[in-house]
Amino acid sequence: MRAFAALLRRDIVLSFRSGGGAGLGAGFFVLIIVLAPLGLGPEQSLLQSAAPGLIWIAALLATLLGLERVIEPDLQDGTLDLLRLSSLPLELVVLAKVVAHWLTNGLVICLLAPLVAPILFLKPQALWVLALSLLLGTPGLSFIGTAGAALSAGVRRGGMLLALIVLPLNIPALIFGASAVSAIQRGGDPTQALLLLAALSLIAAVIASLAGAAALRLNED
Amino acid sequence: MRVAAENVGCVRGDRLVFRGLNFDVESGQALLLTGPNGSGKTTLLRVIAGLLAATIGRLRFLNDDRSALSDEAHDQALHFVSHGDAVRSALSVKETLRFHADVLGAEGARVAGAMKEWGIDRLNDQPGALLSAGQRRRVSLARLSLQLRPLWLLDEPLVALDRNARARLHDCCAQHRARGGLIVAASHEPFLEDAKMLDLGSHA
Repeated sequence: MRAFAALLRRDIVLSFRSGGGAGLGAGFFVLIIVLAPLGLGPEQSLLQSAAPGLIWIAALLATLLGLERVIEPDLQDGTLDLLRLSSLPLELVVLAKVVAHWLTNGLVICLLAPLVAPILFLKPQALWVLALSLLLGTPGLSFIGTAGAALSAGVRRGGMLLALIVLPLNIPALIFGASAVSAIQRGGDPTQALLLLAALSLIAAVIASLAGAAALRLNED
Repeated sequence: MRVAAENVGCVRGDRLVFRGLNFDVESGQALLLTGPNGSGKTTLLRVIAGLLAATIGRLRFLNDDRSALSDEAHDQALHFVSHGDAVRSALSVKETLRFHADVLGAEGARVAGAMKEWGIDRLNDQPGALLSAGQRRRVSLARLSLQLRPLWLLDEPLVALDRNARARLHDCCAQHRARGGLIVAASHEPFLEDAKMLDLGSHA
């Protein structure tokens, strides 16, 4: 447990220091939302109906940022060898990395989304559903992303490969996340979509921990 | 503790790195791996560390009572100092060693002593980015002093070290062996006294 806490703390500290990824994803997220009206035009009804999808796509892309710094540097500098030889199971190594990535990336996006969504004229009653959908969905994005980072670590230009692995796997989260927000905006019930989103994150948690750990083990050969 | 190799070989990709390796190292002994670049010294160290599997033959790790070590006990019984120094530019020397202590399960109180021992105590808050190659190496060697573990695997430990640090390493290794520790090191220089030698160049 001590090794887990140490790894989590270290990864969070690293992401806030120079060369880290904290704030990068959040900044990118806000930028996409701000750019959307400039590209689509200021028409309220258009932006309003596009808002749920746009915000979720922005969240998806923003969580990609920083992923290639999650595992790759530890592989390059030998830290991963130490972790593999430690008493901490690799599944928990992956979990620590996921939590650190989510706290510095997904959580910040969850908090920022309700603040920037009014730029797209998202209805006020949809704001809490938006925040909730991101809160339920972004952990899954971090899980899948970290497993992808473990798979692509050690590959040259792994960052590009990482995006190609991770983005398609995040399509279900995008669909249910955006549909929950659209539902409440159209006066419907978002519960079902939100529950499915939570289920997706739980499935991602199980599969990605195992797959990520297996990828780290296989990395050598 | 005892490490014995029986006819060990390793294939990586489609290349045979080495084969037919036999050695036997016991408490207090040291094994020096020599051989030209690319002859598999690092690969062998990674195989002994359990990070790579031996493709051919087998490695045995035995306790003093001749019972075999479990996999977990094996991981807890060794220090691996590889080319990767596990020093991140954004972390200070102290933060790095505290992290290493936590990962090893060593007492945090030993960090200060280890830093002093390896002459890096004055670098305390210096970030990794500002360290020289030799200083980085000292930081990763300081791991050896964080916790007593019987088997030391050292990959080219002398690289970038100045005369003082080499003397320090020499003394540390002698002490470790006197305590009943084992050392397997890859080096182009014979820095260990009466060590067994294994020339990997002749096992390709």
